[in-house]
Amino acid sequence: MSGTFAPAPGRAPMRAVLRSQVRMELTLTARRGEAVVLAMGVPLLVLLGAGLTHATNVPGGDRLAFVVPGVLALTVMSTAFTGQAITTGYERSYGVLKRLGASPLTRPGLLFSKIAAVLGLIVVQLLVLAAVGVAVGWRPHFGQLLPAIGITVLATAAYSGLALLLASVLKPETTTAAATFIYVLMLAAGGIMFAAPNLGTAGWFILPLAAHAEALRQTLSHDAAVPGSIWLSLSLWTLVFVSAAARKFRWE
Amino acid sequence: MVSEDAVDLQDVVVRYGATTAVDGVSLRMFRGRVLALLGHNGAGKTSLLQVCEGFRSPDGGRARVLGLDPIADHDALMPRLGIMLQSGGVYPWATTGEILRLFASYASNPIDPEQLLDLLGLRKIERTRFRRLSGGEQQRLSLAIALVGRPELVFLDEPTAGMDTEARHTTWRLIEQLRTDGVSVLLTTHLLDEAERLADDVVIMRSGVVAATGSPAELTAAAGIDLLSVRAEPSLTLDGRLAGLDIKENTPGEYAITGPLDATTIAEVLSWFADAGARVTAVNTRRRTLEDVYLALTTGEKAAAKR
Repeated sequence: MSGTFAPAPGRAPMRAVLRSQVRMELTLTARRGEAVVLAMGVPLLVLLGAGLTHATNVPGGDRLAFVVPGVLALTVMSTAFTGQAITTGYERSYGVLKRLGASPLTRPGLLFSKIAAVLGLIVVQLLVLAAVGVAVGWRPHFGQLLPAIGITVLATAAYSGLALLLASVLKPETTTAAATFIYVLMLAAGGIMFAAPNLGTAGWFILPLAAHAEALRQTLSHDAAVPGSIWLSLSLWTLVFVSAAARKFRWE
Repeated sequence: MVSEDAVDLQDVVVRYGATTAVDGVSLRMFRGRVLALLGHNGAGKTSLLQVCEGFRSPDGGRARVLGLDPIADHDALMPRLGIMLQSGGVYPWATTGEILRLFASYASNPIDPEQLLDLLGLRKIERTRFRRLSGGEQQRLSLAIALVGRPELVFLDEPTAGMDTEARHTTWRLIEQLRTDGVSVLLTTHLLDEAERLADDVVIMRSGVVAATGSPAELTAAAGIDLLSVRAEPSLTLDGRLAGLDIKENTPGEYAITGPLDATTIAEVLSWFADAGARVTAVNTRRRTLEDVYLALTTGEKAAAKR
């Protein structure tokens, strides 16, 4: 084995490094049972349960027009916020963030891989859930598709900021509890299975999930524009939590 | 840039709140050497390593690793380093094979992960998730991760902690192979035989400062006093003819002679025993070991730390 360790250091092409890192992130997500349930199981159950039965009262005559966009918004929150907060909290406590940050992957590379994995996951989830929605009778419009995508990207950024913030300031067990609690709270009060508490415009600023769901309803179910107050609300959420996460983020 | 030292520290200070973990350490490590940082737990070894690895910036002083600043030049430095942490740092739900291949994929010219799996005895646990590995297995995987990118310089924080005797010897042979192949190795340990066997240079740390540096031979020679032990009848009367030497009967019939010992004085000691009519049954000389030096330098540290 002489010469086996002769130094020949160097970083692989960054594209290759990032590709294998994203693959690892996705592999590990698929391996965690609760992540898969959060990502697909709960949204599917809500979609089919609230969309096809009369278990809950929803506003308007078209149940699917109300429920399916809400389920899409819920999915974005579960992956970008709940899943990401839990994963990041544990990876920090296990020293994974610290270790990978001190590898040729680098810290920016690690952050990029995480964002890419979350975005990729969200795209696949949304396509699958929308397809199920269409299969059971949802009839979406595509005239406002670009604003719908825009508001979804904004929501993803806001949720990710909040997730990374929680994972940085709390212990992993507390992060898990808090992220799950907020998820359940939003599921109940966020206007997904039944109407959100009517708080007027203020509601969009207090409940980002309700705001995102309403934006998707307006655009995809009703072919209408995203209300200005919702753009403002989610922009504020993004600004506040992404900048807080940038300041507070801890690698170890 | 090849002429740069592997590690060059000047007056490095590390504080945790009111506690000073490293209190002004300067040291140079040349390329291609194996340097052992030796000290009790809490002596500041890991803190110093963390500065070298860019995990924390020194609260005072300056650190250069391969001529680079571990923090400012972090991204340029990392591909050239191999880092083995004391614990953690690995996805608990990923398998041994997945983790090693992931780190291999970061490098432009990695050692074949298959070869490393065999070399470090990881083949049996290739498909086992990290969280199911024993402490020693986790250590071996961490070592494999540190080496897979063919680094110029490796930092090994207590590399054999938690390993069984066989794995420890495998690791020692591996570190010797690293030196043969021209890799610079900075390791921390509190195992004296590990330092004595592996290190070209030893730096003994005590309470955050350097207590002594040198090769194992220099450290033991500088400490000077060899020991002569003689076995004879008990309770011989020790007279004053051997001025400058100290004779003690530690246990009945076992005499320990310390002082400036050389061929002449040893001969004098033996003739003294002969003149006293003693029947000498054993004579031994013993060089001081690194352990003697280490204990002499670090005794009292723990008591001091408690105060």
